[in-house]
Amino acid sequence: MTNSGKNRNLKRIFSGPFLAFILCGTLVPMGVIAYYGLTDRSGAFTLSNIVAIATRSHAQALGLSLGLALISTIICLLLAFPLGLILKDSKLGRKGFMVFVFILPMWMNFLLRTMAWQVLLERNGIINLALKALGLPLLDIINTPAAVVLGMVYDYLPFMVLPIYNAMIKIDNSLIEAAYDLGAGKTAVLRKVILPLSVPGIVSGITMVFVPSLTTFAISTMLGGGKVNLIGNIIEQEFTVSSNWNLGAGLSLVMMVFIIISMALIEKFDREGEASVI
Amino acid sequence: MALIELIDISKSFDGELVLDEFNLKIEENEFITLLGPSGCGKTTTLRILGGFETPDTGRVMFQGEDITNLAPNKRQLNTVFQKYALFPHMNIAENIAFGLKISGKSKDYINDKIKYALKLVNLTGYEKRSVDSLSGGQQQRIAIARAIVNEPRVLLLDEPLGALDLKLRQEMQYELIRLKNELGITFLYVTHDQEEALTMSDKVVVMNQGYIQQMGTPEEIYNEPENAFVADFIGDSNIIDGIMLEDRVVKICGAVFPCIDEGFGRNKPVDVVIRPEDIIIGKPGQGIMDGVVTSNVFIGVHYEMCIQAGGFEWLAQNTTSYPVGTRVSIGVTPENIQIMHKPQSEDEEAISLDD
Ligand SMILES: Nc1ncnc2c1ncn2[C@@H]1O[C@H](COP(=O)(O)OP(=O)(O)OP(=O)(O)O)[C@@H](O)[C@H]1O
Ligand SMILES: [Mg+2]
Repeated sequence: MTNSGKNRNLKRIFSGPFLAFILCGTLVPMGVIAYYGLTDRSGAFTLSNIVAIATRSHAQALGLSLGLALISTIICLLLAFPLGLILKDSKLGRKGFMVFVFILPMWMNFLLRTMAWQVLLERNGIINLALKALGLPLLDIINTPAAVVLGMVYDYLPFMVLPIYNAMIKIDNSLIEAAYDLGAGKTAVLRKVILPLSVPGIVSGITMVFVPSLTTFAISTMLGGGKVNLIGNIIEQEFTVSSNWNLGAGLSLVMMVFIIISMALIEKFDREGEASVI
Repeated sequence: MALIELIDISKSFDGELVLDEFNLKIEENEFITLLGPSGCGKTTTLRILGGFETPDTGRVMFQGEDITNLAPNKRQLNTVFQKYALFPHMNIAENIAFGLKISGKSKDYINDKIKYALKLVNLTGYEKRSVDSLSGGQQQRIAIARAIVNEPRVLLLDEPLGALDLKLRQEMQYELIRLKNELGITFLYVTHDQEEALTMSDKVVVMNQGYIQQMGTPEEIYNEPENAFVADFIGDSNIIDGIMLEDRVVKICGAVFPCIDEGFGRNKPVDVVIRPEDIIIGKPGQGIMDGVVTSNVFIGVHYEMCIQAGGFEWLAQNTTSYPVGTRVSIGVTPENIQIMHKPQSEDEEAISLDD
């Protein structure tokens, strides 16, 4: 056997556990979901679990989910892009500090952090106590979509900042200097050099914020107080409260399709964006 | 009035002095070359001129106006960067058009310019190619094209031909000179290739460790190096310790050579520079001293030989070959002996001999 052949075999052996994990942890559950989603309680084939997305409450929840996910993604993007610019230009010490500030929260369970917002935002929470003490009007957003968006932005912002920051520090400084040298002002440099070269980071950032925002049920449960019903909540309730695994699985399949479509759209936009820059 | 003037520029990085009280005048339409070993501050000088680095002290003047703190995009000069710095997300045509689009030129004008520039750098038809599909030499030429289409007053070129092979390099040297004459652009050129500096420039500035060692026409630099560093850096030379016995007489390796230099005093130690092609090889006894050929290499056009004579290994070039082991004599005509002062202090010696 040749040396490279041996190597390949070795690689195959080492990738075994990972492949097994993917198989058991992802493919098998997906198969199970597909099975449940396409059958009824008796095990007969049906599309009713899929079509159920069209019922009024489900469609409404899906619409709300899409809307809130979109809003939080846009807010995250608007916050992360300038932040990336600042981080890119800052000196190492400050860079370390800032990254720390944004990475550190990721080390703490996000349920805990979301719960912290619950405490902060409550009608008699810390924020309102402070506002009351200052004689200012009270903030009444707990259990509204606004609170849910706040939670999403807070939880998922680091996933937008990191890829954008990564893309930005990879931009060679000499490119920016070349642009200035050729007469470009600050805005032109930003628009024609930094932005197009950050696109890969922006695209992965959008993916990493939009998808979990679309499917979350924890944030809407904690900060929506049962009044903000996202599609994630409905699926969760089908599995837990109503014990209707078939309907839950069917709706999950629909969500999967939605996510795949959104990804395809982003991808397409990404390529077009690059093309339009050219 | 000089077009550009650098006045008393000093710059240090992390406490290390890179430029020390640097002074330079660049006249309109001049082709001036900064020549020096790696790390001597050539790029730093260009970056200060381009506005990417602020000097610690000193001023940069452009047509008599202080531009030391002017933003790079407001300066009437363009740079060809040492690392090309082409925009990877644009194709070749867009790279070249970048500066023209910024200054709001018409589409037709831009398209004409792109064609013209690509022809100039010998890359006609490359408009739609992507940057990373080009070789290093091609990228370098695109970088040149991208800078010249803007017709700047001054073009700063940082080793723009470094990645090219000999033939292309010579072609581009010729093209650049033609371009300079045609467009009336002032060139500030950086290289560590002495041959390139000598062939292209009106004026050569030899630098070492942030100091100007010598400034002058290529002929002056080559024929009359002011110190051992310049002599050593410009071409191959024999640099020998000598003693100036009196005006026009110098003693080298125990032999007395007539020369044409005066005013060094009597019995003064000096550095003597003799170019290898100036050494006359003859039959034993015919020259000033005798020696033995110790090596012989054909380097194209002529043979390069080492001749052991008077305790020194002389580098000589001749179109006639003398086999290793031959006993020969060597001589030098008085005009070809270049006498230089020895550095006065240890400091000065460090400046001139390091690297
Ligand atoms: N931004 C910087 N930070 C720290 N040191 C620097 C910086 N830029 C240049 N230097 C140092 O200044 C010195 C001169 O650098 P410079 O780039 O001007 O050299 P150069 O003459 O262009 O050399 P080369 O021929 O290798 O390009 C070097 O020792 C370099 O390490
Ligand atoms: Mg350099």
